[in-house]
Amino acid sequence: MFAPITLRVAAGGVAVVMGPSGVGKSTLLDGIGGHLAHGFLAQGRVLIADRDVTALPAETRRIGVMFQDALLFPHLSVGDNLAFGLTPTLRGRSQRRAAVEAALAQAGLAGMYLRDPATLSGGQRARAALMRTLLAEPQALLLDEPFSKLDASLRAEMRQFVFDHARARGIAVLMVTHDPEDATAAGGIVVEL
Amino acid sequence: MSRGRALRGLVLGVVGLGLIAPIALGLGQSLQAAFGILPALDLRVWSLEPWRMLLAQPGFGSSLQLSLLTGLGSTLIALVLALGFCAAGSFGRGPGRLRWLAPFLAVPHAAMAVGLAFVLAPSGWIARGLALAFGWNRPPDIASVHDAWGLALMLGLVVKELPFLLLVIASGLAQLPVARQIAAGRALGYGPGVAWIKLILPQLWPLIRLPVWVVLAYGLSVVDMAIILGPSNPPSLAVAVVRLFSQPDLAMILPASAGAMLQAALVVVCIAALWGAEAALRLLGRWWVPRGGRGMSWAPGLRLASGAVWALMALASLALVSLLLWSLAWRWSFPLIWPESWSAAAWASPSATWGAALYNTVILAAASTAVSLALAVLWLEAEADLPRAPWAEALIYLPLLMPQIGFLYGLNVWFLRAGLSGGYLAVIWAQALLVFPYVMITLSEPWRSVDPRLLRVAAALGAGRWRRLLGLRLPILLRPILTAAAIGVAVSVAQYLPTLFMGAGRIATLTTEAVTLASGADRRVVGVYASLQAALPFAAYAAAALLPMWWHRNRRDLRGGGV
Repeated sequence: MFAPITLRVAAGGVAVVMGPSGVGKSTLLDGIGGHLAHGFLAQGRVLIADRDVTALPAETRRIGVMFQDALLFPHLSVGDNLAFGLTPTLRGRSQRRAAVEAALAQAGLAGMYLRDPATLSGGQRARAALMRTLLAEPQALLLDEPFSKLDASLRAEMRQFVFDHARARGIAVLMVTHDPEDATAAGGIVVEL
Repeated sequence: MSRGRALRGLVLGVVGLGLIAPIALGLGQSLQAAFGILPALDLRVWSLEPWRMLLAQPGFGSSLQLSLLTGLGSTLIALVLALGFCAAGSFGRGPGRLRWLAPFLAVPHAAMAVGLAFVLAPSGWIARGLALAFGWNRPPDIASVHDAWGLALMLGLVVKELPFLLLVIASGLAQLPVARQIAAGRALGYGPGVAWIKLILPQLWPLIRLPVWVVLAYGLSVVDMAIILGPSNPPSLAVAVVRLFSQPDLAMILPASAGAMLQAALVVVCIAALWGAEAALRLLGRWWVPRGGRGMSWAPGLRLASGAVWALMALASLALVSLLLWSLAWRWSFPLIWPESWSAAAWASPSATWGAALYNTVILAAASTAVSLALAVLWLEAEADLPRAPWAEALIYLPLLMPQIGFLYGLNVWFLRAGLSGGYLAVIWAQALLVFPYVMITLSEPWRSVDPRLLRVAAALGAGRWRRLLGLRLPILLRPILTAAAIGVAVSVAQYLPTLFMGAGRIATLTTEAVTLASGADRRVVGVYASLQAALPFAAYAAAALLPMWWHRNRRDLRGGGV
């Protein structure tokens, strides 16, 4: 679809991919994340911290994804959504619960464990989705126009929230966006497709 | 990828060996017998003798004619009425969710037929109403049920198929931008009825073609309804063939098999004729539509169709009420509209009467639905990582288009050889042949409409294939899954021929008992069986509607919608 590219993102850094609709930005993310629909064929390699994950299924790549919709699972409570993501290496009911509660508190969602995700505001949902992603302890994070559905004031706040958390945990972020402000705020490499 | 292919292979294998192969084997067996090959009777030479024997059956010609008339007639009438009703509905607030159809969809054919017989009979509710008006004191001496023309049978088929066609058409229309296109047509000066026919119908037809074929195939080869409502001498072709199969003289298997093949051919020919008519109408339309005639008002015709649909559904409601009423009536002499005295005697001793049949029916319904549901889930899950296979999806419809009489007897011969015949396993298998397609058709649309990004997010969180299926897809689809299960139960409960043939007459269900008792037995007893037969699918539908509502009571996004 597009000319071959090579992209290196440092741990904790943010790279941005921009380009017109239909050029294959989302497909690039799908390829990296291991979500390519049948009919698509990716050439190239995906390396995470020198680990070649190209042949691995999505669930073992440790690459988180976020879309413009929060996509909280509608049948689970907010807390259980986070617990779905929480890495299985953390064992014990009470410890897992505590980890989820802590993450909820970080996202300004303290006490909302049992809430129906459908009753959260847009910003709350986006923060819950980020926490769910982070609890899985990904090594890289793919953002597909993540802030485009939030209104302007919320967008800057959410952007800051995501970048800060990614930096603090040393997660490499690759973001697809239409919004030049996103690119400026990211402060890293910008690739035009 | 390879795991997906393995799963798809497994599912295709199960469907091929479990569903398609039995039909092919059964058909092959009957085809051989139709041409004189029946090793069990030491007949090993090809001959046309079975066909000569079939043609020599008294009333053969009338049977054939009757089947054609009732099958084609009921399908066309139901189709025209359903189209008219939905067209009339598209101009107002749309046909709506048609939730009120559920009870009429759920009730098995045999129960509806018994109820209609109660209402239509010379001593039934309609005659009682007329008696009150005209002062009759004796039931009129006319054959209003079992009439030689098959009118009662045709009415029964129309009443039962109408709700199905309404649902199919409504869900087809829901996929089309009906309101905007009608508005565009009207802005160009076309009346709403003409705009509907010229713009909407050609787009709708491909969406409803297969279901209409299914209705046609069913109407041409129906057995249980034809026994209860149709003429008994000569009966419709399918009933005549069943009678030949069940004669003690084993040589009659030959003409019976020939009749089964003729029945299959009849369905093929009629579907081909419908296809031909479609092609002809398309040509006609290509000439008619560009002429640009603005036409006349179709409103009176549409109002008539709507009125007829409401009248038929009122008749259906009367039929269902009369089942329960008769099961509880004690004295109810002509021409009284309401029973004089009541008794629960017919219900009183389940162990001696309906208990075993209810038990068998529940076991068979639960097992065949569970098998079909599991298979459908695996099929759809296997679809996730491979391109869809349209040919495989078309195969799903095969058991619904193939007349049951065409392959069931032959299949039973194979089951006999394998020592399966007469047991639960054989009946469950045969029922699953017909339950699986409906479960699959019901489930596939909601399954495919789950947002794929939800599953990608789950995978990115580290959830493997089974966790995505069990932890995400299935709970989200709880409501459609239960709806599919309820439809599966309704289909299973309604089965007559598979239970009769594969059960070798040893497994009595509510349906087989209701059909057997319908001819002549006490109305109170028949009422009990038919009421129970109707109640089981009702219960399943109610559970499918209420359970997800309770389960997802705190989940707003999953609470709405439904059957």
